[in-house]
Amino acid sequence: MLGVLRGSTATASLAVLVAFLAAWEWLPALAGIPEFILPPPSRVWQEFLRMSANERLWYHSGITSMEVVVGFLLGSLLGIVIGFVLGMAPRAELVLSPYILALQIAPKVAFAPLFVMWLGYTVYPKILVAVLIVFFPVMVNVLTAVRTVDPDMVNLARSFSATRWQVFRMIEYPASLAPLFSGLRIAATLAVIGVVVGELVGGNLGLGYLLTYGEGQGNTAMVFVTIILLTFIGIVAYAGVVLVERRVLHYMPKAQHATV
Amino acid sequence: MPEARIEFRNVTKRFPAKGRGEPDVLAVRNVTISIADGEVVALIGPSGCGKSTLLNMGSGLYLPTEGTVEVDGTRVDGPNRHVAFMLQKDLLLPWRSIRENAELGLEIRGAPAAERRERAMSLLAKCHLSGFEHHYPHQLSGGMRQRAALARTLAVDPAVLLMDEPFSALDAQTKMVLQQDLAETLAAERKTALLITHDLVESIALSDRVYVMSERPGTIIEEIVIEIPGREDPMRRRRDPRVGAYVAELMSLLHVGERKEAA
Repeated sequence: MLGVLRGSTATASLAVLVAFLAAWEWLPALAGIPEFILPPPSRVWQEFLRMSANERLWYHSGITSMEVVVGFLLGSLLGIVIGFVLGMAPRAELVLSPYILALQIAPKVAFAPLFVMWLGYTVYPKILVAVLIVFFPVMVNVLTAVRTVDPDMVNLARSFSATRWQVFRMIEYPASLAPLFSGLRIAATLAVIGVVVGELVGGNLGLGYLLTYGEGQGNTAMVFVTIILLTFIGIVAYAGVVLVERRVLHYMPKAQHATV
Repeated sequence: MPEARIEFRNVTKRFPAKGRGEPDVLAVRNVTISIADGEVVALIGPSGCGKSTLLNMGSGLYLPTEGTVEVDGTRVDGPNRHVAFMLQKDLLLPWRSIRENAELGLEIRGAPAAERRERAMSLLAKCHLSGFEHHYPHQLSGGMRQRAALARTLAVDPAVLLMDEPFSALDAQTKMVLQQDLAETLAAERKTALLITHDLVESIALSDRVYVMSERPGTIIEEIVIEIPGREDPMRRRRDPRVGAYVAELMSLLHVGERKEAA
């Protein structure tokens, strides 16, 4: 993805897209599927232009993007801090582990109605769902990473009379970065899910609201446009993480830079 | 015997039992080892005999249950400036360049950046790594990585080097080249070293004396002085006809080849 595809591979990928769009455009009509069930791409495009002009599509996209970014940043930060703290306090983790597990198993999106009841039809409940859903993969990855740091590396630093803080700063923290970024990649896509569910539940803001609005209108094309834009936001968020990861983990062998 | 640089005196180490009701694990029992200044001593024994436990006590990472470890007459009660260790694993930090890895110990001890940089560069040059200072560990071969680990160990200028099978992960030829380099460096810098190994010829070629350990709980069962000249040139020492007799002696002490069916 993103600059990795080259030459013939890129051409082949593009061909798949073109074939898919062509099939979507003409096959449903041939099969007698009506437009209100499966609108063709041309119809979706028209709807996209209409929504840009009349439905404040960019405003809603902006709200959703902002919620995704804020939710992702807050949730990741919280996950990183708690992950490191629990990673370095094995006893605290043992005490808390049943509750952490329970919270991890609980479907986070189910909290959305609760947050809407607490915080009203604002952007805050959406951000909160994103924070909650982003928190766990990040925290678990950081926690596991701190736990699995090679004890000999820690001993090496200790043999040079390193303080606890130096061991963290020079060994544990940098050793956790690669797993942290795998957690952040997952978190980037989860953040979009959290925000959309929050928007579906209540309020009149964001792409999730446009989804329910389009559904209420029986406007299938509108739903398609919204899904595509949500996917786009997800891709941008994911690519952003990958971009930062490449800069931070520049020392990693290229083979470990699997993009997907 | 001249003044000892590092001395293990009647050292015993027990580890707490893993399960309830089980007895404690006795790793080493009543070990006494004394190494004079500038001496290189090998420690050889069957796997699991507690060699690495001794090394960890020497570097202050573990404390003995009984007995004492002393460096220059001062009791070792924690990690200290006088001892540095080197393991089979190079333990290079993948996020640091080779130069930054060589600087690790100096950086932890708070040396100024310019000073540690200069020292790292000169040691990397001595370890034949000039031109690779800005590479990352994954870009280097196993032998080069172990050289970088040696540079990192020497950078803190330890009074005593403790080495735990430093070459056992390398292929036979790389191993011989690195042994040669190590022996030359140790001789040139007049370093004191304890080399733990399971390679009989390595122990004979590189050291002044060899301690032989028993199976767990490990204790010293024999001390052999290697009376072949030229410790700084193990390649030449390996070719000496007396090596065969030493190997035979070590084999019988370690009961190598006595239980043919067990192998």
